[in-house]
Amino acid sequence: MAQKKMTIIASKGTLDMAYPPLILATTAAAMDVDVTIFFTFYGLEIIKKDNADRLKVSPLGNPAMPMPMPIPTLVSSLPGMEAMATAMMKSMCKKHGVASIGTLLDLAKESGVKLIACQMTMDLFGYKKESIVDGVEVGGAASWLDIAADSQINLFI
Amino acid sequence: MSADIKFDQVLDAKGLSCPLPILKTKKAVETLAKDQVLKVETTDPGSKNDMASWAKRTGNEILKVDEGSGTFTFYIKKSA
Repeated sequence: MAQKKMTIIASKGTLDMAYPPLILATTAAAMDVDVTIFFTFYGLEIIKKDNADRLKVSPLGNPAMPMPMPIPTLVSSLPGMEAMATAMMKSMCKKHGVASIGTLLDLAKESGVKLIACQMTMDLFGYKKESIVDGVEVGGAASWLDIAADSQINLFI
Repeated sequence: MSADIKFDQVLDAKGLSCPLPILKTKKAVETLAKDQVLKVETTDPGSKNDMASWAKRTGNEILKVDEGSGTFTFYIKKSA
């Protein structure tokens, strides 16, 4: 059986949306799939140094987020609501034995997942290579397409 | 329970959610020699199907699955 390949474009940088790319990438690697994650736009937040475990989630503009009680949109915009929602999700993850984003990122690197940071977005946001975790390559759309064209699974998250 | 399967290593993945039981199983199996058996204990209800998919994909063999009350015990033979 020839080795399968998968690429994921990680374009979101909130705590909730950092999970799917890292869960799929680490699992695929454990299933002997050759995995590449291309981090672009807000997805770069996941691979900024010391940032993986500082990602946040907001109830604002996120009506599907389960809350202990219904929260009106206006209340969601108040100071402290984002911190509360983030703390709530982190404690839920801990309680259910869900790994932190930082742990999943470490596991991804450890299992040989290739990480590529989008050069254009880095320039756009003014991020330097030094502000990104070690072991990340920098590339553009063509770098991703080159790998994606030979992959069986390509996901945009 | 009379025909217990002999195993070489035990992995306690109880209390862990997807994807950790799979990731830890993969790591543990890598430390085994071919034909050795890993016993994995989980509580994640999704692990039953996930472990089967993982084994099929990686060419390892699940010899037996025991379902207890909220727990799953897998006996996995390193075949690849």
